[in-house]
Amino acid sequence: MSHGDAITAPFWAGAREGRLLLQRCARCGAHQFYPRPFCLACDHDTLKWEAAAGTGVVYSRTEVHVKVREDLVPPYTVAVVALDEGPRLTTLIVDGDGDPGAGCEIGDPVEVLWRARAEAPPLPVFKRSA
Amino acid sequence: MTRNVWDKRAVHIAGVAETALGEVRDQTELSMFAAAAREALGEAGLTLRDVDGVFVNYMGEEGSVQVAEYLGITAPRYADSTDLGGAAFEAFVHHAMLAVAEGRCEVALIGYASRQRTRRFRNMAGSPVDADSLAAQFQSPYGLPAPIGHYAMMAARHMHAYGTTPEQLAEVAVAARAWARLNPKAWSRDPLNVEQALASRMISTPLRRSDCCLVTDGGGAIVVTTAERARDAAKPSVRVIGAGESHTHWHLASMPDLTVTAGAVSGGEAFAMAGITAADVDVLQPYDSFTITVLLALEDLGFCGKGEGGPFVSGGRLAPGGALPAMTSGGGLSYNHPGALGALLLVEAVRQLRGEAGERQVPDARIAVAHGVGGFNSTAATVVLAR
Ligand SMILES: [Zn+2]
Repeated sequence: MSHGDAITAPFWAGAREGRLLLQRCARCGAHQFYPRPFCLACDHDTLKWEAAAGTGVVYSRTEVHVKVREDLVPPYTVAVVALDEGPRLTTLIVDGDGDPGAGCEIGDPVEVLWRARAEAPPLPVFKRSA
Repeated sequence: MTRNVWDKRAVHIAGVAETALGEVRDQTELSMFAAAAREALGEAGLTLRDVDGVFVNYMGEEGSVQVAEYLGITAPRYADSTDLGGAAFEAFVHHAMLAVAEGRCEVALIGYASRQRTRRFRNMAGSPVDADSLAAQFQSPYGLPAPIGHYAMMAARHMHAYGTTPEQLAEVAVAARAWARLNPKAWSRDPLNVEQALASRMISTPLRRSDCCLVTDGGGAIVVTTAERARDAAKPSVRVIGAGESHTHWHLASMPDLTVTAGAVSGGEAFAMAGITAADVDVLQPYDSFTITVLLALEDLGFCGKGEGGPFVSGGRLAPGGALPAMTSGGGLSYNHPGALGALLLVEAVRQLRGEAGERQVPDARIAVAHGVGGFNSTAATVVLAR
């Protein structure tokens, strides 16, 4: 199934294997997300895909009380997570079973889980670390 | 005192007008804007035949082209449909200031009209995105309501970092409502206190209904021109003494710091050009899309330090009688929010400097600032006006 574009394809290929991949610059060592064809930090095209640890910290979060999508029943919590490697991503906070509805606080340590989707590759979501 | 560092030809706003406001069923966006444009040009002692620069946003594909044709402007020398969201109109004053000063156009018409309320095209998912876009891949699957969820994330981070409280955010909404009660054209004029604001429905924590702007029809028109062309104006013109613009991000996770906006750059540029500091500002028109938008702008424009916005707005500082009159029309929170408030911020700033704001007039206002914000707190443009 088609999803995204040639630049983001490796990320979704990793998602299908349950691996959170980030671009890392072989020259300067910087990680980046979302994927691009050049390094944001040093402007070289020396990027490689590496597996991230899959852990991070909640940078901010909001509990949503209105319906936005058919596949999400309010209330649920959306967070911006700062990965241990540096980049931030927007994500959904889930419980240990991978279900939405769990909350979190800013500063909480979190780890990646994968949420299956019918029409697209698994989606990276996060749960609070034990 | 101000030391204006702008050394080029003086540029003025010589006319302003609101479009029809509220719920507009008997007009189109183009007819609404045409009426406002003719009224603003009338204030300036000019007509549509004098316009040689067209600056519009949200008026459809190639907006300046569509608007100019409708208005019968068949050969403008300067055209600009830059989409900086709600900040576009302050950015247009910036662009028009430079264009007029350089003689690239002499009579710049700026503005916009929207019937977003009547057409009901707002929804919590925001604008649709292409299935293969970056937003569709990395943001929209997570159900963040747009735009409020983005602002909620900023408010939550600000509360975490600086101890800002829901009561302090509510103070912004209460101040806007107090001003709206003095404006006969305001949409929401019922009394509002902090307790009532905090009892309103939660939408995306920590933001409640009372933290959100209105969804109404409306718009405005602004005429920027030279002092010479403004000489026959029916009303006093005001000088544009500073302007600046910037943007930070599109996707929420790419915003470098959720508590620092593009206003830090746009405000710094505008204030430096004008030779002013925040202390020189008599009346402020901040873009109050959400209460947190105002708090962050106050900090980024230098009215208080980073993190001090909450205590700063407490005690009615922004309200009628407060030390920093702000949102004096009632703002997007209580007067009108047509999807892009920036044009109406300029209209109110000019009226305050002319001393024609009626019951809500700020005594002896000499320096006014209109601070537009757009997108997901992504863009900012700041204009400094003086009489
Ligand atoms: Zn690099």
